[in-house]
Formats: sequence, C-alpha cells, structure tokens
Amino acid sequence: MNNAIDPHREERRLAALLIAPAAGLIVVMALFPIAATVSEALHGHDLRLPWLGRPFVGLANFVEAAGDPRFLSAVGHTVLFALVSVPIEIALGVALALVMHRALRGRAAIRVVALLPWTVPTIVAALIWRFMFESYSTASFDWFVHPRAAWVPIVAADVWKTTPFVAILLLAGLQTIDPAIDEAARIDGAGPLRRFFTVTLPLLGPALVVATAFRALDALRLFDLVYVMTGGGPGTATEPLSLYAFVALMQRLRFGYGAALSMTVFLLTFAFALIWIRTVGHSLTDDHV
Amino acid sequence: MTRTAGVIAGGLLLAALLYPIYRMIAASMAPDPSVFAVPLLPTAFSFEHYRALFDERDFLVPIRNSLIVAAATTALAIPVAGACAYALARLRMRGRGLILSMILAVSMFPQISIVGPLYLLLRELHLLNTYPGLVLPYLTFSTPLAVWLLTAFFRQLPRDLEEAAMIDGASRLRAAWDVVLPLAAPGIASAAILTFLYCWNEFLFALSFTLGPERYTVPVSIMLFRSRYQIPWGEVLAATVVASIPVVILVLTCQRRIVAGLSAGASKG
Repeated sequence: MNNAIDPHREERRLAALLIAPAAGLIVVMALFPIAATVSEALHGHDLRLPWLGRPFVGLANFVEAAGDPRFLSAVGHTVLFALVSVPIEIALGVALALVMHRALRGRAAIRVVALLPWTVPTIVAALIWRFMFESYSTASFDWFVHPRAAWVPIVAADVWKTTPFVAILLLAGLQTIDPAIDEAARIDGAGPLRRFFTVTLPLLGPALVVATAFRALDALRLFDLVYVMTGGGPGTATEPLSLYAFVALMQRLRFGYGAALSMTVFLLTFAFALIWIRTVGHSLTDDHV
Repeated sequence: MTRTAGVIAGGLLLAALLYPIYRMIAASMAPDPSVFAVPLLPTAFSFEHYRALFDERDFLVPIRNSLIVAAATTALAIPVAGACAYALARLRMRGRGLILSMILAVSMFPQISIVGPLYLLLRELHLLNTYPGLVLPYLTFSTPLAVWLLTAFFRQLPRDLEEAAMIDGASRLRAAWDVVLPLAAPGIASAAILTFLYCWNEFLFALSFTLGPERYTVPVSIMLFRSRYQIPWGEVLAATVVASIPVVILVLTCQRRIVAGLSAGASKG
C-alpha cells in the first residue's frame, strides 16, 4: 500500500480529509467575512442610500475616521479601559488563584464560587452591576450621569466577571510550581512576601503572559458590557470602538464606514498581539511541539 | 498569623464574588416597590416577577431559542472540530503549525469586525432571523475554540494504546474511534461544555441577526424589556436569574471539566 516516493501519503490524505470540514467552515464563515470587511472599508456603501451603489473610494473611509472626533475618543476609551481593567484583573486574579491553591478544605466549593461570575452571561453581569450602581445613586449623584464616574460600574463589572478566568489560568500555572522550591526558600529564612515576589511570581511568568494576553485582547473588543450598562453614554462618554462601529453598521447602516471602524478594532488587537509576542510573549511560541 | 490573615483575605474575596449574585436573587424576589431597598436579610418574598416573566412576557420562547441554537452549534462544532483536532494532534501532515496559528488567530477575531459581511451574507441566503442564521455565525467562534481545546487534549493522550490497536490490525480510523474517543471523552466533554456556555452567553451576533421576538435569544430578549424611560428591574432581575440557571447547573455539575477546559485553552498547543 505504501507509496515508495511518499510512504505517508495515505496518512496525509486522511489528515486533509479530517481537516477539510473545519477548514471549510473557517474559510467561509471567518476568513471570507474578514476579507469582505477589508473590501467594504474601501468602498462607499450605505444601505439607506442604495441608489448610490457601492463605489470604490480608496482610503476615504479611513480619512473620514481620522477626522472624526467620536472615533478618536472611542479609540481612547478602548485603550484606557484595557489599561485600567486588565492590571486590576491580573492582580486580583493572582490573589484568587492563591486562595484556590492554598485552600486546605472546601476546594470544590471555592472553585464553584469562583466560576460563577465568569459563567453567567456578560449581559447578566452588566445588568446586576447596573442595578447595584443605580441603587447606590442618589438624587444628587448618579453614577450613570457623570461622564467619568460612568466608567466605574463598567470596570467593576468587568473585573468581577473576568477575575475568576484569570485566576483559573494562573491556578494551572501555580500547580506546576514545585513546592520544594518554596520550601527551600522558607528554610533559608525568606518570609511569605519575599517568597511570593522572588519565587512564586517569577515562576508564574508564562501563565501571567498568557492570561494578560487573553484579557487584553478581550478588553480591546469591549462591547456587551457597555451596550447594556450605559449604551455608550452619557452622550458618547463611555463609547468604545466596537460600539461605535456597531452603531455605524447596524443602526446607521453605513456599511463602508462601519467596516473601516470595525477594521480598526481588528488592527488594534492585531497590533497588540504582535507587540506582546515580540516583547514578552516568547514563552508562548518557544518549546513548541 | 499569616495563615489567619490569608483565610480572612480569601474569605473577603469570595464574598465579593458572591455578593452581586446574592443581590440579584434577593431583589428578584422582593415585592415590587422595594426592589432597590432589599435589606441584607430579606423578610418579604414574592414570586410576582417570575410569574410576570412567563405569563406576560412569554420568556419560554427566548429560552427555547437559546437552547436550540446553543445545542445545535455544540452538536455541529464538536464532531467537525474533533476530526480536525485528531488530525492536527496525531497525523503526519504539512502546514500543521500554520493551520494551528490560523485557528488561534481566528478564535481571537473581534466579532465586530465580521458582523457586517455576515449580515449581508445571511440576508443574501434569507437566513436572517432563523436558527441556522445564528448557528452558522456561532460556528465561527466555537469551531476554532473547540479545535484548539481538543488538539491540546488529544496530545495529552498516550499513543501506545491506539498503536497497539493498529498493530492488532485495526485501521487508523477504527483505532481512533474505538480507542482514542473513549479516552478523550472527558476532554470532549470540556470542549462541549465551554462551547455551549459561549453560545448561551453570546450577545452581539444574536442582536444583529435576529429581528423579532420569535427568534430572540435570552440575552437579546432581556435587553429589550426596558422601555424608553425605565427598566422594570424586578422582571429584568428575575430574567437574569432564569438566564443563569443553566450555567449554574453546568458549573455545579461540571466544575472540574470547565477548569480543565480553560486551562487547556491557555496551554501552548
């Protein structure tokens, strides 16, 4: 059966056959749409003005975005949200991972408690926190009317919902650390804080890199929480890039301009991924297969 | 001393995670005018909001829609992804690294960057406001996720058993079916649970591709409870409790599998 030129021909053929359905699906439902977004972004396409057709406009949509203050502030909101929420989530995630790791009893119960916020739908988390902050609002101070204060409930909901996710990724990292190292440091007289910063945290490095990458990529496409909690308001004070792109696409039906805006979300996450892998992410791609 | 401090800090952290869920449940069962002012230990209970949810808002329809879409997506994604993951984990092939990085990249795609073309595609196919019109887009994020998870799980399995089966004369597919599949069952369960959770929780695609209450999923339907000027909090919170029941059941029964799935997803493939 084996072919003299390629002894593994059968196997390669089987591999291609097994991969084909998934690959086909990904090409049709993900790669084709992303290519279509690129194309749309280069065209003028307004579903409400169908008689204008779909003329090629080059980079006009991007030029318009560069002069659109709402777009520029949406970029600022998105980046700022990631810069504020991710570090809080990582810090609290480390704490929660340590609690889960060190617990002497009730581990299953602790794991259930930690998983609950992460598994409830994002819009449920958003509604609970909106409800809580509305109940904390008074006649003289409303959390959702003040343009800066309105970010607090959004960040709080995000931290609450995603800290458990970070903790579970870090827990897997903690479990690979040999307890003997910590024990050795303890015998040498290092206190708990010193051991945490000189032993645990460095060994947790790779897990921290992965967790931060996942969180940051997610934060940069922030949508559900804001849509539910503030709708981007007051005004557009809490509007992130994804939400502005959604408004342009699905509400104003400006598919060309909306595509250009949504491409910037894509480019932002792509740029972050590249920078992250180049600078700290070598542990992601090293020792492979 | 430090031990006690650690226990206290841990307890506070866990309490902070539970408190919002407690507030949600307590307020959903409060009689109407006092929804915002429920004492820490409530004294009056009412199921009025839950009754209104099912009697007046027909909340069973979105629950049914969400269940159908999440179950159908999981049922399609897992076999398709499983076949692909088996090949990536076990078979000699060219371009494995390229395919794996492609799959990881696609699973990181911001949904917003494909929502426009998918809308036009589904409109062209007359699939807006249908179940397939949600299942197909959901496959775009669930298939790459499941491939990624299952490849990691298949790699952890020892090769010896299937090789033994093949030496005994079983074909590769037979060995995969009879030997690998049962061994991989826990990993497959993890991938299926996570896929179901992601579909149950999905919001942006459902918001964009459904047009009426007969096809709204649970998250979209809750969002549309609010009128222009106010949110009927009692009913909204009752709905969030109901929307959380399936995921809470999954967490209570399958917490190990969920943790295993999340950890595998973060492993280096």
